[in-house]
Amino acid sequence: MKFITRRLATYAFAAWIAITVNFFIPRLIPGNAAEAMMAKFHSLQPAALHAIEVEFGIGHQGSLFHQYIQYIDNIFHGNLGISTNFYPATVTSVLKQTLPWTLILVGTATVISFALGTILGILAAWRRGGKLDQLLPALTFLQAVPYFFLALIAVEVFAVHWHVFPIGQGYSLGLAPGWTWGFIQSAFYHSILPALTLIVTSMAGWMLQMRNVMITTIGEDYVLAAQAKGLSNRRVVWTYAARNAILPNIAGFAISLGFVVAGALVMEFVFSYPGVGYTLYNAVTSDDFPLMQGIFLVISMTVLVANLLADVVYLIADPRTRRGSES
Amino acid sequence: MTTSVVPMTAAPPVGRSRRKFSSYPFKARVGAIIVGLFVFLAIFGPYMAPFDPSATKDTQAYPIGPNLTHLLGTTSIGGDVLSQMLVGIRATVFVGLTAGVIATFLSVIVGVSSGFLGGASDEGLSLLTNAVLVLPALPLLVVILGYLPSASNLVTAFVLSVLGWPWGARVIRAQTLSLRRRDFVAAARETGESTWRIIISEIIPNEVSLIAASFVGTVLYAILTSVALTFLGLGDLSNWSLGSMLYWSQNGNAITLGAWWWYLPPGLAVAFLGMGLVLLNFGLDELGNPRLRDAAGQRKIAGHAWRPADPTPVVRDGEPLRRGLVARLVERIVHLNKKGPSTSAEHSDIVASTKGDVDE
Repeated sequence: MKFITRRLATYAFAAWIAITVNFFIPRLIPGNAAEAMMAKFHSLQPAALHAIEVEFGIGHQGSLFHQYIQYIDNIFHGNLGISTNFYPATVTSVLKQTLPWTLILVGTATVISFALGTILGILAAWRRGGKLDQLLPALTFLQAVPYFFLALIAVEVFAVHWHVFPIGQGYSLGLAPGWTWGFIQSAFYHSILPALTLIVTSMAGWMLQMRNVMITTIGEDYVLAAQAKGLSNRRVVWTYAARNAILPNIAGFAISLGFVVAGALVMEFVFSYPGVGYTLYNAVTSDDFPLMQGIFLVISMTVLVANLLADVVYLIADPRTRRGSES
Repeated sequence: MTTSVVPMTAAPPVGRSRRKFSSYPFKARVGAIIVGLFVFLAIFGPYMAPFDPSATKDTQAYPIGPNLTHLLGTTSIGGDVLSQMLVGIRATVFVGLTAGVIATFLSVIVGVSSGFLGGASDEGLSLLTNAVLVLPALPLLVVILGYLPSASNLVTAFVLSVLGWPWGARVIRAQTLSLRRRDFVAAARETGESTWRIIISEIIPNEVSLIAASFVGTVLYAILTSVALTFLGLGDLSNWSLGSMLYWSQNGNAITLGAWWWYLPPGLAVAFLGMGLVLLNFGLDELGNPRLRDAAGQRKIAGHAWRPADPTPVVRDGEPLRRGLVARLVERIVHLNKKGPSTSAEHSDIVASTKGDVDE
């Protein structure tokens, strides 16, 4: 299991970088959450600064190493500090409210876009120069358009002009969040346009990569041999060529997850969607440093877990990795 | 020269090193023209701007659509959109190119030393590369820029490049690994060349197309990300750039006011620049992997549609030859035989590609 241990080491190292960067950024850059809080509430006496620092656990007491150990200990206990914006709510409780929104919407959109893009890429490569393949220049354009720009235009056309979809938000304002039929319906309705914009923009990348690998694979001798055996086209495409050509796409899934998250952040800003990205944006604009850091940490960890899942899928799809002969 | 010197992807045979622009793949040419146009505008745009981009008019309460004075209309406070574009392209291109140069420099250093040195340093550098690669860049950028009191374009470019190098490093490492095992590197080692000399004069020249592709990819990433960050209000808002134009148009409710001339031009400019870079990258890809080239041409040979995996097409006599790489080649050879030996570059190219040696 050399493959999986190697990947696990990478993720552990990545997690360590994320935690360490998170620890050092506030200590390298002047200003901290307590000072931001002081600036927000002018009535506070200067002497209150120390009290606030203790309250938020950011008073830089003890040696740097001691603080660092303390910080890591806190993270493992799920203690990410207190949000200055939603005071006295903890960062963890804010995240608990916002994370499901992002996970469900972005997760579903990513899976749909990956599946759809891969299938279309296979078809485009097989019918090379066909109608689907000729769509590629348009897809290239979609890939180059800044995501938020496309989303803004989608809002303008579908929400402002045609009133087909709501302008933004995660659900109708009159409803209370809960597992009621009306609320789920409303949440689903509000998620269609954000999901569509995410799918349309990210699908092109999957499709292009799949097409290019597939074209190379189709040229291989074993595909020709399969055809010469008289197998049906469908069998040759799906079980012979696509089966192998999909591997780079699965491997690429890990790399592109970062971009998916980036798209999701901007998407939530454009649609005022009540997820992690919009909360991060609000935290940044209002100098809520503990919340900012907590969100970054949670996003990083989620991406790492998703990467691990992609690796497991790769392990199942590519028998060579199981034999431990990583070339 | 020994025959075992086989350049990997980049270095074309000696005689073809000075290729004509028109001989590059179509996509690469279109991409190069678009990117070239933007670089031209980045250099000369500010001098061509008809108005001061930051000028405002007190009397104006709403954005005015395109007219003869303001070719792209004005913003709601009277700024000339065209002038803002012409001035703003410079900052956007600057961030992209700066981040591209720094990040590519880092990827070459990490990728080449990781691939060439091998052993423990390879393990360590690969671990670092893969770890930075999986960290989500945008949230980290948002956090870093959120902490910084003010983010100038240079700072943004720097932060972007610190996070943008791993992708290129991985590709370059893989290429270096395969180059390291080749005979010409072994030969260079035998003649007693130092490691650094081998890296600089043997390895890197053979990776030029790969480095170029990774540079173009990084510039694209840097431009799209910096525009998005500025649009979110986290970049440099005190200078005009395509991102800050979009920020101010969003801030001024351009969409609800229906002022399409305010938000469409900067957005489309970013899209075109991005498309130019993507096309340029495709072109570079096709230079390295000829199978991706001429998709439409290969499909129709002699008017018959062929699947990529179909048996080799055979051209029957008297059938008209249309398009297609093979078809064109056959046509030209037929033409060549009719006219007899010719000295034009085109014909010697065909001779070169069919017989495999170059005289001219």
